[in-house]
Amino acid sequence: MKPIEAINDFVIKFANVNGSGSASANELFAKAILRMGVPVSPRNIFPSNIQGLPTWYEARVCEQGYQGRRGGVDMMVAMNPQTWDADLAEIEPGGYLFYDSTRPIPASRFRADVQVIGVPLTDISNTAYTDPRQRQLFKNIIYVGALSVLLDVEAAVFEKLFAEQYRGKELLLDSNVRALHLGRDYVTQHLPAPLGIRVRRADRVGDQIFTDGNSAAALGCVYGGATVAAWYPITPSSSVPEAFQKYCDKFRVDAVTGQNRFAIVQAEDELASIGMVVGAGWNGARAFTATSGPGVSLMTEFIGLAYFAEIPVTIINVQRGGPSTGMPTRTQQSDLLSCAYASHGDTKHVMLLPEDPHECFEFAAAALDLADRLQTPIFFMTDLDIGMNQRLCQPFVWDDQRDYDRGKVMTAEELEAGKDFGRYKDVDGDGIPWRTLPGTHPTKGSYFTRGTTRDPYARYSERGPDYIYNMERLLRKFATAADLVPQPVLRPAALPTLIGVLYFGSTSPAMQEALDQLAAEGIAINAMRLRAFPFPASVKAFLDEHTTVFLVEQNRDAQMHSLLVNELSVDPAQLVKVLHYDGTPITARFIAGYIRKVLQARSLAQGKPNLKEAA
Amino acid sequence: MTYLAKPALHHPTLTHNRVGYTRRDYEGRISTLCAGCGHDSISAAIVQACWELDIEPHRVAKLSGIGCSSKTPDYFLGAAHGFNTVHGRMPSVLTGANLANRDLLYLGVSGDGDSASIGLGQFANAMRRGVRMAYIVENNGVYGLTKGQFSATADRGSKSKKGVVNNDSPIDLVGLALQLGATYVARGFSGDKAQLVPLIKGALGHGGAAFIDVISPCVAFNNHGGSTKSYDYVRQHNEAVSRIDFITTRDEITADYPPGEVVEVEQHDGRHLRLRKLRQDYDPTDRYAALSYMNDHQARGEVVTGLLYLDPLATDMHSALHTTDTPLNTLGVKQLCPGDKALDKLNASLR
Repeated sequence: MKPIEAINDFVIKFANVNGSGSASANELFAKAILRMGVPVSPRNIFPSNIQGLPTWYEARVCEQGYQGRRGGVDMMVAMNPQTWDADLAEIEPGGYLFYDSTRPIPASRFRADVQVIGVPLTDISNTAYTDPRQRQLFKNIIYVGALSVLLDVEAAVFEKLFAEQYRGKELLLDSNVRALHLGRDYVTQHLPAPLGIRVRRADRVGDQIFTDGNSAAALGCVYGGATVAAWYPITPSSSVPEAFQKYCDKFRVDAVTGQNRFAIVQAEDELASIGMVVGAGWNGARAFTATSGPGVSLMTEFIGLAYFAEIPVTIINVQRGGPSTGMPTRTQQSDLLSCAYASHGDTKHVMLLPEDPHECFEFAAAALDLADRLQTPIFFMTDLDIGMNQRLCQPFVWDDQRDYDRGKVMTAEELEAGKDFGRYKDVDGDGIPWRTLPGTHPTKGSYFTRGTTRDPYARYSERGPDYIYNMERLLRKFATAADLVPQPVLRPAALPTLIGVLYFGSTSPAMQEALDQLAAEGIAINAMRLRAFPFPASVKAFLDEHTTVFLVEQNRDAQMHSLLVNELSVDPAQLVKVLHYDGTPITARFIAGYIRKVLQARSLAQGKPNLKEAA
Repeated sequence: MTYLAKPALHHPTLTHNRVGYTRRDYEGRISTLCAGCGHDSISAAIVQACWELDIEPHRVAKLSGIGCSSKTPDYFLGAAHGFNTVHGRMPSVLTGANLANRDLLYLGVSGDGDSASIGLGQFANAMRRGVRMAYIVENNGVYGLTKGQFSATADRGSKSKKGVVNNDSPIDLVGLALQLGATYVARGFSGDKAQLVPLIKGALGHGGAAFIDVISPCVAFNNHGGSTKSYDYVRQHNEAVSRIDFITTRDEITADYPPGEVVEVEQHDGRHLRLRKLRQDYDPTDRYAALSYMNDHQARGEVVTGLLYLDPLATDMHSALHTTDTPLNTLGVKQLCPGDKALDKLNASLR
């Protein structure tokens, strides 16, 4: 079997043991390739455990910049004996196996069609270090060093990364550099290098940043002016409030008094966390919670209250595999329906659908503005793939001229001047009423907030006309929301076509790659990336302009399909569902393969000789 | 229940307090509760307490859950914002509201079903966190709006109006509040306004989590023989352990009590609270002694009332969180947003 040869285009997967300190070594490896100017997109694959069980880190190196998961593994770094067989089986024919050769492994446990590279990592580490913890941690750096020679990554790049990371901690700096060279020296002296797959310096990274969606969302909440965060720990969202705490400690502590310009409460459950956010929003502070599907299920009664009583709330939902406890450490887009229509009675909620950390930052700040403007819950729908993996993306941007949109809050001066205040009255025609904050004026503007029906002046009323007025106004407000939310992004095909595709969120990188592949085969498809719910008019227009529209989602039941059919009265026959929901991130291979297959079947059915004509 | 609104015109002889309001200015809409309901007496006591404390009505935020008791915030302090939240979840909403603006006074009104049954978890955790609030449970041991089912505070062996005997152990919210760290714990009786008004005043002026369990008989469903939450039962078994007085600067502090009988505490609002012990064997500043005293007397079927425990050095959630003195809801982009330059630096650190 001929070994795979590929420069700047391969997938390397690290099979590690949870809690062994491999995560930082693997990140170091990925960052080094980025510093070589070559894009990398890593993904953590981990079960719901803390220590001692398998965990994987899969990094795709791709000069063209495709960041979706590719599928297949060209090189396996097999550091976990527990998963040896499965890891070995995953390697593409002609691929590479890197392993710790300290202990002999019988020939029968290898594959003939895979290049085997053994480095006695434990031996090298144990010889160099005596402390057991150091032996473990530096073994990781030693394998990074060994790999750097095999894949032709410059030592200087690592040395610079270490220097940045351990500035002022010279002891750590020196010992890491030493470990790196232990690995490098062994390979240089004993093995042929570089391999057929390797890294070559390029210039494809530019000023992009490398970060995860949860941190980015937290930073967006800091920039967007959130002052209250209430949360309950749940995978994969816990790192949002934790990052919020970290950034607040950095940016929001008063230099003179040492007091905090924020309040973070870890609540006793999701009912309490959303309750606190509702209370803070009612009282005029920007507040958010971060959770995942099961948390949203618990919050739904409060979400209905916030919808009906019209209280600004921001809910970050980092989606995972459902239903029930589902797949807590796997990714899905399967909470669309449970969020869009959360709670009993007739309700509809705004959802934002970021594609990467850059948009996580932007949309988190936007969500806080929208919540105040629309006085309603705003769902920020990300997922584990975006939230917990570092991704190369455009740098964060903030305009210092920007002020927060606090929406329609009537002031004491306006009340004093005799401005009419009807808490649930539509005075501007956009369905959005005015509100007052508690404590504003001694005699004017107070009202009683409730989940029961009321008249435009917030007085309890079960009269049919009052109820209808209110419900119709809420619909009008929802229509207003469609113009205020992030608008869809269109990627037109090079040639005119009647085939379209709709996609959203973490599907984005795989979709870009699939579109390029299909275009190269002569299949022209116009693509629209949905960025929010409710759907702006341009979504309906897009559907009207195409005879067939593929809809790519990461859930079983085509939940976005339901939303489109329900909200836009689309003919379901016009939409072709492309569904990926095994918990792994969707790939370009899957999307392109599915679309190709459907179009092929159609061209055969129509007796047309090729795909292009069918399209 | 009154069907006719009182005239809005105030009688000229009504006394104004120091902030220029008469007692009538602390009223709200007309109650929709049953005639003789204990809850209306509590509303009246709240009105009296706020007037006497010279609180501007709009500086109070009234929050409640769901149930008869939770409807009452509409019936007092009409100039204050009120929030009738969801069943059993008032504590979290109040917590969030308090986080947003630490300058208002927070009055939480709940019932025994709301706080002890569906909302026990939120009740417990709000006490643990030391949220500064006056949390009043209007406790009648029964669900009124759904017609007379037992709640979790109903005593074992007590009989419903339909004759059903309650077999479950009661949840004692006062005992829980003491265990969970509330720093002001009292029990009152809606039929004893003279005792209740000072208890509410003390709670409103307190610097941490203040809890008052007010036994408030339900005239429709729980005021019969065999009930332990009826007017008659509570009157017969009421054992008051303390009396509160408030000393203003104008008052002369007279030492007409034997030493050891009086505890004086400077409240969060600057007033001095004078607590007079009515029982020799009772120490209201000892949390565990209070708990044990209550347990002993409860076992004998007595209803211990008065201010049961007070921590004179109470602190609240904001002091634990080191929150800025300025209410968070007044901070703008200048105070909250780190700005473009900081973001450039951050971007650089992510390359």
